[in-house]
Amino acid sequence: MATPGEASVNDSHVGKNKQTPGRYWQEPQQVGKNQNKDGEQALKDLQHKEQTTHTTKKRKQEEDRGDGKKFISGKSDPFPGPAPVPADRVQKFKRKDKTKKPGRQQYKLRDVITRSNNSSEIAQNQAAQFDLLLPEEAGFLEGDEDEDTCMISQEDIAEAVDITSGAKYFNLKLSQFGPYRLDYSKTGRHLLLGGRRGHIACLDWQSKQLMCEINVMESINDVKWLHSESMYAVAQKKWLYIYDSSGIELHCIRKFNDVLRMQFLPYHFLLATASATSFLQYLDVTVGKEVAAICTKTGRLDVMCQNPQNAIIHLGHPNGTVTLWSPNQKEALIKMLCHQGGVRSVTVDKTGTYMVTSGMDKKLKVYDIRAFKPLKSYFLPAGASCLSLSQRGLLSAATGDVVQVYKDVWSTPVTKPYMAHRVRGTAWGLHFCPFEDVLGVGHGDGFTSMLIPGAGEPNFDGLDSNPYRSAKQRQEWEVKALLEKIQPELINLDPAELGRVDRATFEQRHQDRVQALGYDPLAKEKFVPKYKKKGRSSAGAVERRKKQVAHEDQRDEIRKTVEDKIKMEKERKDTEKQKVALHSQKSALDRFNK
Amino acid sequence: MKVKVLSRNPDDYVRETKLDIQRVPRNYDPSLHPFEVCREYTRALNATKLERVFAKPFLASLDGHRDGVNCMAKHTKSLSTLLSGSCDGEVKLWNLSKHECVRTLQAHEGFVRGMVVRYCGTSFFTVGDDKTIKQWKMEAPSYGEGEEPLNTILGKTVYTGIDHHQKEGVFATCGQQVDIWDEQRSTPIRSFTWGVDSFSSVRFNPVETELLGSCASDRSIVLYDMRESAPLKKVIMTMRSNTLCWNPMEAYYFTCANEDYNLYTYDMRFLEKPVLVHMDHVSAVLDVDYSPTGKEFVSASFDKTIRIFAKDSGHSREVYHTKRMQHVICIKWSADNKYILSGSDEMNIRLWKANAAEKLGVLSPREREAVNYSQKLKEKFQHYPQIRRISHHRHLPKNVFHQSKELRIMKEARRRKERNVRKHSKPGSVPVVSEKEKHVVTVVK
Repeated sequence: MATPGEASVNDSHVGKNKQTPGRYWQEPQQVGKNQNKDGEQALKDLQHKEQTTHTTKKRKQEEDRGDGKKFISGKSDPFPGPAPVPADRVQKFKRKDKTKKPGRQQYKLRDVITRSNNSSEIAQNQAAQFDLLLPEEAGFLEGDEDEDTCMISQEDIAEAVDITSGAKYFNLKLSQFGPYRLDYSKTGRHLLLGGRRGHIACLDWQSKQLMCEINVMESINDVKWLHSESMYAVAQKKWLYIYDSSGIELHCIRKFNDVLRMQFLPYHFLLATASATSFLQYLDVTVGKEVAAICTKTGRLDVMCQNPQNAIIHLGHPNGTVTLWSPNQKEALIKMLCHQGGVRSVTVDKTGTYMVTSGMDKKLKVYDIRAFKPLKSYFLPAGASCLSLSQRGLLSAATGDVVQVYKDVWSTPVTKPYMAHRVRGTAWGLHFCPFEDVLGVGHGDGFTSMLIPGAGEPNFDGLDSNPYRSAKQRQEWEVKALLEKIQPELINLDPAELGRVDRATFEQRHQDRVQALGYDPLAKEKFVPKYKKKGRSSAGAVERRKKQVAHEDQRDEIRKTVEDKIKMEKERKDTEKQKVALHSQKSALDRFNK
Repeated sequence: MKVKVLSRNPDDYVRETKLDIQRVPRNYDPSLHPFEVCREYTRALNATKLERVFAKPFLASLDGHRDGVNCMAKHTKSLSTLLSGSCDGEVKLWNLSKHECVRTLQAHEGFVRGMVVRYCGTSFFTVGDDKTIKQWKMEAPSYGEGEEPLNTILGKTVYTGIDHHQKEGVFATCGQQVDIWDEQRSTPIRSFTWGVDSFSSVRFNPVETELLGSCASDRSIVLYDMRESAPLKKVIMTMRSNTLCWNPMEAYYFTCANEDYNLYTYDMRFLEKPVLVHMDHVSAVLDVDYSPTGKEFVSASFDKTIRIFAKDSGHSREVYHTKRMQHVICIKWSADNKYILSGSDEMNIRLWKANAAEKLGVLSPREREAVNYSQKLKEKFQHYPQIRRISHHRHLPKNVFHQSKELRIMKEARRRKERNVRKHSKPGSVPVVSEKEKHVVTVVK
């Protein structure tokens, strides 16, 4: 607390032109002033005080207006209430409709459902609000007036963008062992190239760091990363091999022969392979066991893709059909006739809604695979040999040595491509890099990495696939991912079915109950006739007694239905009688009839 | 031409120094997280399995008694103190955190039948087979002093149980009759009898503090109001109840441990039919105690097991047993809702966790979050057959297993017979009697 003397000193320094804002220690200071200064000052102070009291009163009045708004600075809040959440974003996070509340009789269940509805609504809103704060935005490419985006060359784009992005457009000239198949790892950091004539290279493609390069001295049909960048599978001439990232052969799996195409299901840790002998096989890579081997009986299987939403494998066949497979069923789940002539390529989008196919009939077709309905059909003069869909729904199609990228193929009728690029030699493999605006093309003369603005998902989820993860983080992720490995039995067309209430038929529930109890509580006991003496339990007599009670329940039912029928008949007659009686009553106007 | 290509600055996604924690950017878009339900299910299954792996409920055994432990009492103020009385008249005070006996005194000749700590926690009362009620100081006597009771009341008959009022210096004993005593006087201020020869247990209601309940040997449960001169009402059951315990949160409910292997939860206001029958024991239930939250209770049985029941479920959620534990005579649920204490015939007091898989000690926030998350998952998927099978499985001692199987067969046979009788008699002449109604003979007011 300041002494009076100090207060005067302070006053000479501070109190000249500016009125300092009020502080909690000013009151005693003013008292000190009053003691020192003469009456005039005191009067002034008094006035000032009066004023302040007046203002405070005013503020209080404002506060007391009682419209529920709080004031800090005296100004009203320009954005009252909770922050609004855009409805379309909320819709994005909506899992299902609200559960209907039961009646008041089931008050406990009602309470539980109300609470869960509320909490899911809160979660939905929170997720939508968080969505507004995501740091990155998707890329785009817009031409000037009367400039087609498909006419813009890769060199121009690479020049226009920043250096690091520009460096993502590059060519690898590998003319010796081509044509190349390729695969990006799940995080998009690593690239795997497999040349037809046995050349395998895996590299960190952004830093252009080579991890390993080997030649297997055998023809290579397909290459695929397994769950992380430490292992990959190679379908070679005869068998399936697994190598690690330094090029050491880990396994040669002789149960899988003549494999042409592979898909890896990352949440199930299953490697699905399609072979020339028309076998679809599933390999559990965690334990190295074959989960299922399905003979599709449809000839050579060289068109394959997976639905990332439900882990169903799509196979394209030379007779124009696309078939859907799960490891739990020996038959195809769905068979769709998509093309006249063979199917050349199939791909499914990230949300599992659309399937795009191309066939020998030079058509490109878009299907809704939830409803199994064709949406759009396009005619490509050259026909597309490879298809690939990006995370944000751009479709790339390779026709000979030209790679075309289309936008919005399922929503609007497309007339011209979004982008196009000519590579050296026929394109052999196409793959969009996850979380980057990059399309990798493997072709006869090596590999080309193209810049496709707007292809990749801008914001990744760090717990799912993090391109910037460290070795430690990868190890941790691997353990967690292995712990929540989904069993292959859970693969079906609708993965959310597991979470729904199974309104099983009464029969099914009854069967469960019988299994749980070990006996059938509703079963009728078999009639066992009592043993009677004096020869009355002879075989004939027993049969006769059995006959007496045979079909008792049926008889009961018949009796009941007959009774019901009689009752109905009677009622009908009664109503008829009443009708007749009503009609027979003569009204005053009847005499004018006839 | 306008162009923008995704170009992330790695500095935004990688930690700055090795001392920082890793950055984990999130995106909750459902299309980036496929198989939500399947993965949650797998997590729930793993959590359920881990729960069974970590279910190690037995913590410690307190030995030192030279005869079977007949009664126990919780300290009203100190969590770590337990009192126990044995069949040779010895009373021991235990320090639970150190698992050691801190004081021993020879209280009675013959059994210590009942004991209770005064609400202030400074003294406790014991009753014994020598027809006396003794009040003892909680503190140990100072050096050179002998163990002397503060107060001794000589009665005419044997006392079998005692309970103290929640707030006042009044306690109740039972024996030939239920007596209400003032601490200052040596004669009871009130005695209740209702044509019964003896009572086995008496308990004060924890909320309506003037109300009492007692179990009588003529198979009845009698309710009293301390302020009135006559008992309120009683319900007579088919078999004798051994003890009863009031629900501390909803104090109009009480649960009694019955000789017919079952426990019955009654609503004090409607004694005509119990609210719930709790089955699972395969021998007489000897003691019952509620958790302080009032959501669960624990029962001790002659079949050498302890079972934990949710207050609103007919079957137990947990069963505890060890090879060496004999008939469990008395049971207590600790006041912090974490431990269970059981006293048994073979002179030991055992300390159990109330939640078998719970990790004891301080949890870090992340640990706590993980526990809560897995708890929620287990709850969400509890009805899925695989998860239910794992979470419900308990290993039982051979005799209990076979006995329960036998009981199930017997019950089914009775039901079948009843069904047949009903089938072959005039419709309506053999009414359906529910399990709840079966065990109540009558209610007398």
